[in-house]
Amino acid sequence: MSTATVVDPTERARELLGVSRLTNRALTGWLHGLPGVDQVGCEARAAALGTRSIKTTSKAWAIDTAISMIDLTTLEGADTRGKVRGLAAKARVPDPSDMTTPHPAAVCVYGDMVATAKEALGASGIKVAAVATAFPSGRASLPVKLADVADAVDAGADEIDMVIDRGAFLAGDYLTVFSQIAAVKAACGGARLKVILETGELVTYDNVRRASWLSMLAGGDFIKTSTGKISPAATLPVTLVMLEAVRDWRESTGEQVGVKPAGGIRTSKDAIKFLVAVNEVAGEEWLDNHWFRFGASSLLNDLILQRQRMRTGAYSGGDYVADDSPSLY
Amino acid sequence: MTPFEYAPAPESRAVVDIASSYGLYIGGKFVEATGGAPFKTVNPATEEVLAEVSEASADDVDAAVNAARTAYTRVWSRMSGADRGKYLFRIARILQERAREFAVLETLDNGKPIKEARDVDLPLAAAHFFYHAGWADKLDHASLGPNPRPLGVVGQIVPWNFPLLMLAWKIAPALACGNTVVLKPAETTPLTALLFASVCEQAELPPGVVNIVTGAGATGQAIVDHPGIDKLAFTGSTAVGKMIARSIAGTRKKATLELGGKAANIIFDDAPIDQAVEGIVNGIFFNQGHVCCAGSRILVQESIADELDSRLKRRLATLRVGDPMDKNTDVGAINSRKQLDRIEEMVAVGEAEGAQRWDSGCELPTNGFWFRPTVFSGVSQTHRIAQEEIFGPVVSVLTFRTPAEAVAKANNTPYGLSAGVWTEKGSRILWMADQLRAGVVWANTFNKFDPTSPFGGYKESGYGREGGRHGLEAYVTTGGPTRAGQRSGATEGSAK
Repeated sequence: MSTATVVDPTERARELLGVSRLTNRALTGWLHGLPGVDQVGCEARAAALGTRSIKTTSKAWAIDTAISMIDLTTLEGADTRGKVRGLAAKARVPDPSDMTTPHPAAVCVYGDMVATAKEALGASGIKVAAVATAFPSGRASLPVKLADVADAVDAGADEIDMVIDRGAFLAGDYLTVFSQIAAVKAACGGARLKVILETGELVTYDNVRRASWLSMLAGGDFIKTSTGKISPAATLPVTLVMLEAVRDWRESTGEQVGVKPAGGIRTSKDAIKFLVAVNEVAGEEWLDNHWFRFGASSLLNDLILQRQRMRTGAYSGGDYVADDSPSLY
Repeated sequence: MTPFEYAPAPESRAVVDIASSYGLYIGGKFVEATGGAPFKTVNPATEEVLAEVSEASADDVDAAVNAARTAYTRVWSRMSGADRGKYLFRIARILQERAREFAVLETLDNGKPIKEARDVDLPLAAAHFFYHAGWADKLDHASLGPNPRPLGVVGQIVPWNFPLLMLAWKIAPALACGNTVVLKPAETTPLTALLFASVCEQAELPPGVVNIVTGAGATGQAIVDHPGIDKLAFTGSTAVGKMIARSIAGTRKKATLELGGKAANIIFDDAPIDQAVEGIVNGIFFNQGHVCCAGSRILVQESIADELDSRLKRRLATLRVGDPMDKNTDVGAINSRKQLDRIEEMVAVGEAEGAQRWDSGCELPTNGFWFRPTVFSGVSQTHRIAQEEIFGPVVSVLTFRTPAEAVAKANNTPYGLSAGVWTEKGSRILWMADQLRAGVVWANTFNKFDPTSPFGGYKESGYGREGGRHGLEAYVTTGGPTRAGQRSGATEGSAK
């Protein structure tokens, strides 16, 4: 279960690709040699997984597991210390009416809110994740991105959610994407690195597959779909392609990488579909919040609502679930 | 035990009433059979007897044909196409409204997973009626030839693998073109056809337009031999298809035959591999492999054979085999003891021939008829399991080196119903489709059906097409003078 030991990603990439020098040409050949993804077939498979009927005991298990996998997120320009403290309180006690409710895996904030989140979460065991590298666009120079990462790590972030340079990726400059991920990974120190592909901007499933493999090659501990700022964000087919990638990566390297769909998952029903996909595509080893996360905010309360419904047999309604992230407008 | 164990999610069978016994649906009402020996239809997942069904004798078939003839001459052939279309639209809508009831009954009688009955059989059956309802008043514009007119009384014999869907494939075009029908469902799966009689009543279809007679081979033979039948439409085994062709040789009867298959599902080294694995699963484990166009031979390019083998087996280990009524079941029960015996016999043959047998080892229920999804690797063209239709969840894996070799092996079969091609290269798809002697070629997909798309075979897979504009051709005659009341449904006074 340990994360990968510190290795030089370039050296490891050379070994995996079987090349003496890691060039953009070598990376291109390797990435373009991955099997293609047929869009229609991929979406049909995702839809089929979505028809699984998860009831009673398995539904109860799935709801609790989904709650424990949430990165409870606030990423707004309007974020304040008060908002972040509220979110942290929500993470510590998701449902004051039922203290057996599991808590989310992490709270995810901008870098300048890490210290506040850290302090508010105390010794709860809930992690603090910080978005960095000029999130969400990633349009800044590498030194700025690395300073962003160092700042969050210094403030105590346990996890860093970086964005890849989609412009470089779409221009075929895979080496730049690789180098930036590797540099951010080095700057993370002990923090786990989630690499955001922003699949809504990569558009094709072939690109999602290539970006997934490139991110894993460069040392990402997690591959994450989206920033939440671009639509579409975490669709089930995109997540399916990423789950196939981590499954195949482990088969070829022995290393396990996590997956985090983020953005657009709002209902328990949706979350359970993702868990079914994890179970049947990547496998049960990923059914743990060390290896699978949901980037979400409103999802938590829907899961709590369903959890209450299963306990009491009746829907309580929104006023019976504490909400620390209501809309400002 | 995995952490995420899916709890049972059974579909309720309370939505359907099954009578303890059924008569024959002739002339718009259920009548007692004369002379035949009643037989029982069982749930193949439990071996529970569901109902007792009548065996139609030659006299009963005669009564059904007479009822169909009367309805043809007095009502149906004289009705405008627009009005026929209204009845078909009505049937389509009723099937949609009662979809759950039909899906549950289909699963109980056939053994297929409820998820397939619900998501494939019923939506497609309704779609066939909708599609053909639209054609009923447009036959003059379907490029069928001048003055398209109905043939008369059509005898239709359908198999047990998609009982209601095959009924829809047969009845919808026949009625759209102005014919009346005598239909015989398979002896192991008669119940949805008998329930369809109630749809005809609900739609107020004129009596005798649709007649349903139950029975086995003898009843089928009586339909084939009846002099009042103008056309036969049969879906089933090649052996029976040949018997029918022999029986009607020298008569005026026309026939369309949709028979067996031994489809090649061809996987090139540049295939979208994850989707190809799904395509293989869909191709051969859909409906327990009881599919005439099943992709029962995988032809994989030798350079990726090992990789495909491990990916396929990993996937098959996740297939959920068991109670067909559970909404999470992927593979249901084998339809009958007889079919299970046939599958077991062929698998023993495959082992004796030296192919390597693999199955997932999943647990099977104790009652009922079951067979684990099975893969044979190291198969050669000369093996019987590469030549003969098994009609079960058993796939044979062969390899090839070049596109030409793939084509040669794919075509090296007496059958020619369907084929699949998996490659990211568009030009190769087109070239392969041109070379393959199969009625349907799927590219980067498999077992996709649509009423707008004609379906049918080459060689010993039969002749004639079902579905699409082409499917109408089997149900009309053209040329000759236009006669009032026999018009296919063009508005009166249209230019001729």
